[in-house]
Amino acid sequence: MKIGVCLKQVPATDTRIKINTDNTNIVTDEVKWEVNPYDEFALEAALQLKEAGKASEVVIFTVGSADSEQRIKDGLARGADSAVRLDDASFAGSDALGIAKVLAAAAKKAEVGLLLCGKQAIDGDSSQVPAMLAELLDWAQVTDISNLELEGDNVTAHRASGAGNKTVIQVKLPVVLSCDKGLNTPRFASLRGIMMAKRKKIDVWGAEDLGVDGSTVGAGAALLVEKSLNLPPERPAGRMIEGGDVNAKVNELVRLLREEAKVL
Amino acid sequence: MGSGILVFIEHEGGQPKKTAYELLTKANGLVGELGGAVSAVLVGSDQAADLGDYGASTVYTVTGSGFEAYTTEAWTTALAAVIDQADPAVVLAPASSSCKDFFPRLAARKNLGMASEVTDLSVQGGALVGARPVYAGKAIAHVAVNSSPALFTVRPNSFGAGTAVGGSANVVAVAADSGTVRTCVVEEIQTASDVVDLTEAERIVSGGRSLKSEENFQSVIVPLAASIGATPGASRAAVDAGYAPHSWQVGQTGKVVNPSLYIACGISGAIQHLAGMRTSKVIVAVNKDAEAPIFQHATYGIVEDLFDVCPALQKAFQDSL
Repeated sequence: MKIGVCLKQVPATDTRIKINTDNTNIVTDEVKWEVNPYDEFALEAALQLKEAGKASEVVIFTVGSADSEQRIKDGLARGADSAVRLDDASFAGSDALGIAKVLAAAAKKAEVGLLLCGKQAIDGDSSQVPAMLAELLDWAQVTDISNLELEGDNVTAHRASGAGNKTVIQVKLPVVLSCDKGLNTPRFASLRGIMMAKRKKIDVWGAEDLGVDGSTVGAGAALLVEKSLNLPPERPAGRMIEGGDVNAKVNELVRLLREEAKVL
Repeated sequence: MGSGILVFIEHEGGQPKKTAYELLTKANGLVGELGGAVSAVLVGSDQAADLGDYGASTVYTVTGSGFEAYTTEAWTTALAAVIDQADPAVVLAPASSSCKDFFPRLAARKNLGMASEVTDLSVQGGALVGARPVYAGKAIAHVAVNSSPALFTVRPNSFGAGTAVGGSANVVAVAADSGTVRTCVVEEIQTASDVVDLTEAERIVSGGRSLKSEENFQSVIVPLAASIGATPGASRAAVDAGYAPHSWQVGQTGKVVNPSLYIACGISGAIQHLAGMRTSKVIVAVNKDAEAPIFQHATYGIVEDLFDVCPALQKAFQDSL
């Protein structure tokens, strides 16, 4: 069985976000890009399944322009067998549903039997693509998983159901799984892996290769429209509680919380 | 084009959750400008309870075989059937674990646009616009949804508590076939505590790596949190050090939270952490390092050792409440 891993490049978590002057996008000049952290858990899960003899091949799918190839190479260096970059002028400006249509077409074309995604990309934070992919493929889904076992066609996964509780779910392949932190500890690329990745091919598939009608994806078909992007309002300057010993400060804090902030 | 706002009601054993009243009250305000009526939908319960009192003129219910307990596929089918019958212009739902799971599937099935986890909603030029934190809250995107209905999930605690307006709801049972559900729930693993999930918590007490051990989290953070009914949280550094489980992590790659009161103990305030809690209404920072970035974002700051402050604060809370 072939496993597909959806991988996106995002600004690193320690990036200080700046917005462009017309409030339409972030300023990317100084952004350090990295693989979406949740996608790293998905890739690691796929690699572990392959190493356990439960999958024959791991293929990375990335929707993005050529500047995302460095992140794809990172995935190949960690051990993925091949990668497909999904790129077409008609894909530009897609909302989550547009991206899911492209990825679903790629998963079909590559004939994967299991799709692993991160539970969300840490740029748009929508958490929509995995469930949309499952629906478009008419597969089952389990989102936010922190544990995964595969025996034959039988998947057992733990899904976060709030307040630290987990739901243990069984399902048969094919399925889309979205991965949460805690599932595994992603490996780093080894030197040998980096050398081997240089010989691995990154295919590029466009709308025609995928059989995707360009008018159903991209900005023109997007149902979610971003009107503006702004920095969050600055918080007003706070107050340092000074004077007296610890008990005096604590008593003053409790008084302020009750009388001024009115949150007690 | 549909009209009005349909609110998806989350419930526990038939009792609507707090988010139900938050969303109904917000919807009541919005229909004044958008037009149409407010309706509600319950899946797996036909207990309309006091939803009418909070402004729902119609409560659609889906019950029966396959709708006893949450599954992605049955809930998707149920809400699709209710949307077909009710024909709303907007659907609002809480950004809960299950709604985050099945709403995108519904959007794909019905070819609808969806805005995830908005923290505000307003009517601009006759259309509903949602404000949604992106980059874990480092920026705010204003978004419109060009489909009917437009789907929005809303972060808990975004709007004030619900207000009863008086009224009663017409209850309409909607027939739906749950079909073949491919997933099977074999077990629910409950954590020992009965605290509210971080994303829904009104109060949070978080600890950083300066707690130094899991034992200290249990003996310092947990009882302080319990003294005011708060949910315990942790910084990424503390989680990665193994002092607290991942489900406690606040910030990017953890939970984004929206409480009234956030108490940060021994947390320096890395940008990833600040992103996840900056919308808290009141932030209290306790740190012995006066230069810690957290103090620039705190409503109230105390520069002292958390091991001195936390027990004193716990006692003061216990004495005063």
